[in-house]
Amino acid sequence: MKYEVTYMTNEFTWKVGGAQGEGIDSTGEILATVLTRMGYYIFAYRHFMSLVKGGHTNYKIRASTTDPVYYHGDDLDMLVAFDQTTISENEDELIEGGIILHDAKFQAQTNRQGLQVCSVPLLDMAKELGNPIIKNMVAAGASAYVLDIDPSNFYEQIEQQFAKKGQELIDLNKTAFNKGYDYIKENYPDVRKPAPQATRPGSGYLLMNGNEAIGLGAVLNGCRILAAYPITPATEILYWVLANLPKYGGKVLQAEDEIAACIMAIGANYAGVRSMTSTSGPGLSLMMEALGMSGISETPLVIVDVMRGGPSTGLPTKTEQSDVNEALYGSHGETPRIVITPTSIPDCFYQIGRAFNLAEEFQVPVIVCTDLLIGMNKMSFQDLDLSTVDITRKNLVSQEQLDALEKGAFKRYSLDTESGISVRSIPGQKNGRYCALTNEHEETGLEIEDVPMRNAQMEKRFRKLNAMEQHINDWGYEYKGSETPDVLIVGMGSTQAQICEAIKQMDGQSVGHLQYRCLMPFPKDTQKYFQAAKKIYVVDNNFTGQLTGLISRELGFHDKLTPLLKYDGNPFTIREILAAVKG
Amino acid sequence: MATMADFRYDKATWCPGCGDFSVLAALQQVCVKIGLEPEDVCCVSGIGCSGKISQHFGSYGFHSLHGRSLPTAQGIKMANQDLTVIAAGGDGDGYGIGVGHFIHACRRNVDITYIVMDNHIYGLTTGQSSPTSKKGFKTKTSPKGVAEEPIKPLELAIVSGASFVAQAFSGDLKQLQRLIEEGIRHKGFSLINVFSPCVTFNRVNTYEWFKENIVNFDEQEGYDPTNKAQALAKIAETESVCTGILYREDRPAFHEVVLGATEQGTVKVPLEIPNDEMQSLIDQFRR
Ligand SMILES: Cc1ncc(C[n+]2csc(CCOP(=O)(O)OP(=O)(O)O)c2C)c(N)n1
Ligand code: SF4
Repeated sequence: MKYEVTYMTNEFTWKVGGAQGEGIDSTGEILATVLTRMGYYIFAYRHFMSLVKGGHTNYKIRASTTDPVYYHGDDLDMLVAFDQTTISENEDELIEGGIILHDAKFQAQTNRQGLQVCSVPLLDMAKELGNPIIKNMVAAGASAYVLDIDPSNFYEQIEQQFAKKGQELIDLNKTAFNKGYDYIKENYPDVRKPAPQATRPGSGYLLMNGNEAIGLGAVLNGCRILAAYPITPATEILYWVLANLPKYGGKVLQAEDEIAACIMAIGANYAGVRSMTSTSGPGLSLMMEALGMSGISETPLVIVDVMRGGPSTGLPTKTEQSDVNEALYGSHGETPRIVITPTSIPDCFYQIGRAFNLAEEFQVPVIVCTDLLIGMNKMSFQDLDLSTVDITRKNLVSQEQLDALEKGAFKRYSLDTESGISVRSIPGQKNGRYCALTNEHEETGLEIEDVPMRNAQMEKRFRKLNAMEQHINDWGYEYKGSETPDVLIVGMGSTQAQICEAIKQMDGQSVGHLQYRCLMPFPKDTQKYFQAAKKIYVVDNNFTGQLTGLISRELGFHDKLTPLLKYDGNPFTIREILAAVKG
Repeated sequence: MATMADFRYDKATWCPGCGDFSVLAALQQVCVKIGLEPEDVCCVSGIGCSGKISQHFGSYGFHSLHGRSLPTAQGIKMANQDLTVIAAGGDGDGYGIGVGHFIHACRRNVDITYIVMDNHIYGLTTGQSSPTSKKGFKTKTSPKGVAEEPIKPLELAIVSGASFVAQAFSGDLKQLQRLIEEGIRHKGFSLINVFSPCVTFNRVNTYEWFKENIVNFDEQEGYDPTNKAQALAKIAETESVCTGILYREDRPAFHEVVLGATEQGTVKVPLEIPNDEMQSLIDQFRR
């Protein structure tokens, strides 16, 4: 049974596809930028493979005139196909009467009835202009006619984009655009799906992906060292920070591996600089020993893990929420830690800032788990709230405090602390000497094995997060809907968008939506929603039900939880959630 | 002025006679001699008997993970280049599990002094073969003798771009001190590989054995440590059983050439970004 998903009349979807290396991304980027400029809210989704040339890649845009879009949508209005594979792989997504605009270099085959198919010599027209790559501009022109977007919007974009490269290139691109536009106008004048009129032209929305939001948030919140090793889908964090941090005296280092990257970040934090490392699953695995090093030495650490399909090399260019167990429980022994799963692209900005403050306040590793869906895909939105930028460096001992102590009397791992937190000195501070240690230790940092001290230090470390439980209810989850729902849908991190949309389609039912943003410490307050609900669905973008498992460990309710699992590398669709929930 | 007492912390727990005592003592003496204050020094070690050095050296310290003293030390130096950063550990720590980091630290030329207490054996784990164990050496894990070629740390450091490479011997405290001092004064990555006998588990490479076999290049006329080809040839001639400053070159240290290089340590740069600049960072994304 196919569940109807009704979209608003104030939105439309468009996709371009072809072989990797054919300029698919740049074609998508042009339209994404133009639409954002025109005042559309968009979400731009890239489907790509772990190879440089060939294969199939596509770029989808969902645009709305009224509300921010957090997900690229289940359906498709218009498909631009540079090859037959694009049609075969994407035709099912097209709505009834949807449009295919394909390159005339091949005979389009489709299994769908009732589509409008236009053949356009995209490549030939580009070749006529002496530059095959410019077929992306021809395709943009053709799309603009179908969507009834005024060419002036594209001219403006072309002028800006190629301003530094000279008038010749600007003219060439405009000509290419016009060729595509005019070709459709002449040959398929009635193939049109006018885009709903954007109401806020020139409003200057931001167009950003989660990786950029992480980089920006880190830099604004005082991160001054990033050590990382390249890995999809996290590399863009490294790029953005590298391009922007050095002018503030910060340093970026491409380490020899993730072990080094993570440990360099620990070393830098120990020496007093807010530092982080960014990676994806394989790198996170390599960081496990270092995670314990941060934990037992009580050195702040921020790790960003942009989750991709696992295990091992897995699906490097696909999304999944399958590193959660590793983030929660990975590393030998027992280490207190904080695990945060941002729920959207803008939320990446807010949560990375929080991560730096929490890491310093509690002197623990903080793992921020985003995923490929929000990490590498872009959305446009109004603005970021700069008033959330708050660099609060807690629990550092002052020089005055150290001077007031007898010589050599500073106890870095002092047990005289109710909260479990003991103040930290920074190398360079007089009379603050200590040895940070990965062995169990006494209060000054000498290794020990005696039972009372071991127990006391272990208990001290685990006491630290108790204090967090008080404020975790303010931000650790979001709840919407009836306080006593019949149906409760639960998710973590990026699944927020699809769950929200699915619930919008469930008019008239008593539904609650619980989205976790913090998994460790676990917001136990959420128990009340589970108690009340008659049916509970846990949306878990992995095979083993990692969120489901966490909830049953923390709260119980084993027999009430129905996991919705997906592990094919793609994000949940709205239909998949509806199908499961409506039974 | 700091004194020896300032650089001591509690009693070291090595076996009586262990070569590592001399390394700790030499390091303490050098720090006093060159007038360093304990709060301006940071000693980072790996795991092994030798790794305990950071607990007993009276400066700031980080007793990190097995094989990971160099990434820790590099992170610290990146954060605060004004600190004197010493990394230290064993041959297993540095040339076995940590050898990847070793090569990269050499090529980066991070301004730290790396002291390896090389006893050709795994001490803390009670006597297995190490990457520098000589071929044929019998240990618990090589009952018929080590089959592999040993790692050649000096050559490896030189060809990987280390800008100061020296070798010392725990049995010659004077030279050991001098080499550590030169290493600390050197700007860039300095390796000081120290023959530091394990009196408990290595009955072959003993103090006597080293004394008999070591060739001291510091005393050889005509040895020019700036001549890379000669250094490599001479080290090979002695099968690495030599001491002295073996190689040195002047090259900018990493903190001087890294993108965003600052006059002072990163730890001193302001964290707050003025509002208008925050806004302009965000405006990069405005369409
Ligand atoms: C990841 C990891 N693997 C193994 C060990 C066990 N271990 C501790 S010290 C050591 C070797 C010590 O030899 P070396 O580095 O030469 O130092 P020494 O004790 O001789 O000074 C080993 C294998 C460990 N601590 N961590
Ligand atoms: S076992 Fe060997 S290396 Fe370890 S302390 Fe004893 S003598 Fe030194």
